[in-house]
Amino acid sequence: MQTEFSSEQQLLRDVVSRALRDKSPPGAVRELMASDRGYDPAVWQELGAGAGLAGVHVPEAWGGAGGGPVELGIVAEEMGRTLFCGPFFASAVMAGNALMEAADESARAELLPGVASGSVIAALVLDDLNSPAAVGGSLRARDDGRLAGTAAIVVDAHVADLLLVVARTGPDLGLHAVGSGAPGLEIEPLQVVDPTRKLSRVTFAGVPARPIGTVGGEALNRTWDLMSSALAHEMIGGAQRLFESTVAYTKERFQFGRPIGSFQALKHRCADLLLEIELARAVTHHAARCLAAGEGEPWAASMAKAAAADAFMSAARAGIQLRGGIGFTWEDDTHLWFKRAKSSEVLLGTPAIHRERMMTMLEGAA
Amino acid sequence: MTPEQIRREVSAWLDANWRIDRPLLEWRNILLEGGWAAPHWPEEWHGRGFTLDQAMVVSEVFREMDVVPAAQVGPRGLASETILACGSDDQKERYLKPILTGEDTWCQLFSEPGSGSDLAGLSTRAEFVDGRWIINGQKVWNTSAHHADFGLLVARTDRDVPKHQGISYFLLDMRQPGVEARPLRQMNGHQSFNEVFMTNAVVSPEDLIGGEGNGWHVAKTTLSFERRGFSRRVRGSSLDGPKQGPIYEEYEEELRIAAEPYTWYPQREGRVDLVLPRARETGAIHDPAVRQQIAKLICLHSGARLAADSAEAGRRAGTTEIIPAGSIGKLAASVIARQASHVHTMISGADALLSGPDSAADGMIAEVLVSVPAISIAGGTDEIQRNIISERVLGMPKGYRADQGPFRDIKRNA
Ligand SMILES: Cc1cc2nc3c(=O)[nH]c(=O)nc-3n(C[C@H](O)[C@H](O)[C@H](O)COP(=O)(O)OP(=O)(O)OC[C@H]3O[C@@H](n4cnc5c(N)ncnc54)[C@H](O)[C@@H]3O)c2cc1C
Repeated sequence: MQTEFSSEQQLLRDVVSRALRDKSPPGAVRELMASDRGYDPAVWQELGAGAGLAGVHVPEAWGGAGGGPVELGIVAEEMGRTLFCGPFFASAVMAGNALMEAADESARAELLPGVASGSVIAALVLDDLNSPAAVGGSLRARDDGRLAGTAAIVVDAHVADLLLVVARTGPDLGLHAVGSGAPGLEIEPLQVVDPTRKLSRVTFAGVPARPIGTVGGEALNRTWDLMSSALAHEMIGGAQRLFESTVAYTKERFQFGRPIGSFQALKHRCADLLLEIELARAVTHHAARCLAAGEGEPWAASMAKAAAADAFMSAARAGIQLRGGIGFTWEDDTHLWFKRAKSSEVLLGTPAIHRERMMTMLEGAA
Repeated sequence: MTPEQIRREVSAWLDANWRIDRPLLEWRNILLEGGWAAPHWPEEWHGRGFTLDQAMVVSEVFREMDVVPAAQVGPRGLASETILACGSDDQKERYLKPILTGEDTWCQLFSEPGSGSDLAGLSTRAEFVDGRWIINGQKVWNTSAHHADFGLLVARTDRDVPKHQGISYFLLDMRQPGVEARPLRQMNGHQSFNEVFMTNAVVSPEDLIGGEGNGWHVAKTTLSFERRGFSRRVRGSSLDGPKQGPIYEEYEEELRIAAEPYTWYPQREGRVDLVLPRARETGAIHDPAVRQQIAKLICLHSGARLAADSAEAGRRAGTTEIIPAGSIGKLAASVIARQASHVHTMISGADALLSGPDSAADGMIAEVLVSVPAISIAGGTDEIQRNIISERVLGMPKGYRADQGPFRDIKRNA
């Protein structure tokens, strides 16, 4: 198992970081978060397809760049730094991993290349976003094969060309492909706390669907782990960037005739935050390496999701507190990171849920 | 060399040289000659220039073959690392070998009643009289000083310059009439540290290390090694289980004295290893609130281990500075120990009222509860680590200082 990044992986990070600095500045984030669509198709075309980011983790045989969870983590981490707005998480991370883990061979060969090249935007439809154990409570395939039920929250469904739906099929869970124009399908955009992550409610009233695979417990859990690991990376990127800007602010802002960064209460809070982020980053990078190698602690991804979420929220709270009043304004950018931290903290399970999942893997259920 | 090559070479050498009927000192001398006593030291000084990971492989083989290693318990490691980094060839010649053979033990004479965190505010005096340094003053909290042969001593040689500039670093012979160590009892009942009184104690000029007035620099070297030790994985030096043979008896006797002050050190780190077994044994493993706290602990513990490994890799590659990395590791060790102590309390419930043989895990849990407070003080307090991290890593501005100008004009404890 890897313990450090290879020089190719470092290079990937540099390239992605430079591209995002140009393509995803705070001004663009503000414009996109206010738009209905929530992303810029030209930028998505350039990064997803041109730079090959949408398929960074997909094998070359299916049109990807041949990386894995580590490379996916690198891209997610850099995107988290800039609060990148686009269907990367929904399509590449969620739908892409679900296809790789649960779709039949022929469906993979047919659908993955589009997702990997970014030319098709896919969304993974789950009827529960808290825990894999709760998936399958609402969505089902009727006897006639059509889908029924509601997914209360789906990421980026409003811009998806393709929906991949996990629905109960008899005793099992099945993966189903549904085109965005299918009859009986309703996609309603929802009001959200974090406008950089667009969410919709998706209702199926007898929607024709194509079954493309069985989602066994193992596949579902592994998909959840891969998504959680990528999300943890995204959070670490956000936490680190916000932390850096917060520390920089404490050096510029003067009160009582001195920079506020010279007050020990603030210095100690920043030192504690640095420690929290360092440790969370270490377990996050470790999670991707475990998933890539198929070894290590089975709970590594849950550990990373919990640690990164706590660290990002700490960084977000400090980001606002250490800026004082300006930090609570709409005008200042800090709240964009705060809201992304909040949405990431709960998406795919709160830290408490992941800690319990971890303990269940370690010691069995409570 | 690859781990396999190291393994092969050291096993072959041990097959030819290791015997349990040799006297301990004779064995250690052979070990030194063979270059296996401290393989991570430089080749000119008894070592092979191995990385710490490579040296770890050597220790593994020693442990597997039940071979007695070079002496390594206690502050002797601080002494050897400091002498290797800052000492003259003459000092390395005289001091390094008996550290490895176990003939000399060491202690660290840094803290004073009037200055602990503010180490550079120390007031023990060293004056050059008739070709020798004469030392007067008091040190405190000095672990192992009651049985040490030598001390790493910082003392003031010039009171007319700013405080960091007037300090010099000495290698003090503890076995002389002018030095007296008195054991102090700690809140956990152990007596590991001492107060040390120096009254006209004598140091020869050859035992000044790093040059006059350069003691602060040398002290920082010692401290960085000390703090790094908190984040490094513990390398046990005792062999598993009792072994039969004359050399083992001598070795056990050495450990009994040298390791005695440190028997509670694993407890001050929180005994993370006992958490799951205790939770299973008591049934607390089924309590959702306890499970959350255990998971948090595992998370912190894994994170610290992984972060230390990558800092170590960074240090080898020359990208990580030792001092801040040591401070981050030390602060992490404190956070982990506190969380472990909290979890042990939750698991034990009312049984946490008891101590000694009446209590859980033969007193270990009780000892955790009353030993953990030490980890955030010894080796530089948590607050000091946070100061270092915020100033050295984050570049945050230093606060107002009231201790500039000549040392003699600074306000101090009476
Ligand atoms: C178990 C143990 C073993 C030890 N072994 C040794 C040894 O072998 N050799 C040796 O020389 N020493 C040893 N020490 C001493 C140790 O290094 C000191 O106790 C420590 O540096 C703190 O100094 P102090 O006790 O004087 O407390 P003080 O420095 O008086 O600190 C009191 C409080 O003030 C805080 N404080 C002080 N300055 C600042 C600041 N600038 N900013 C914010 N807060 C501040 C501290 O964090 C602490 O909370 C040992 C201590 C312990 C507990």
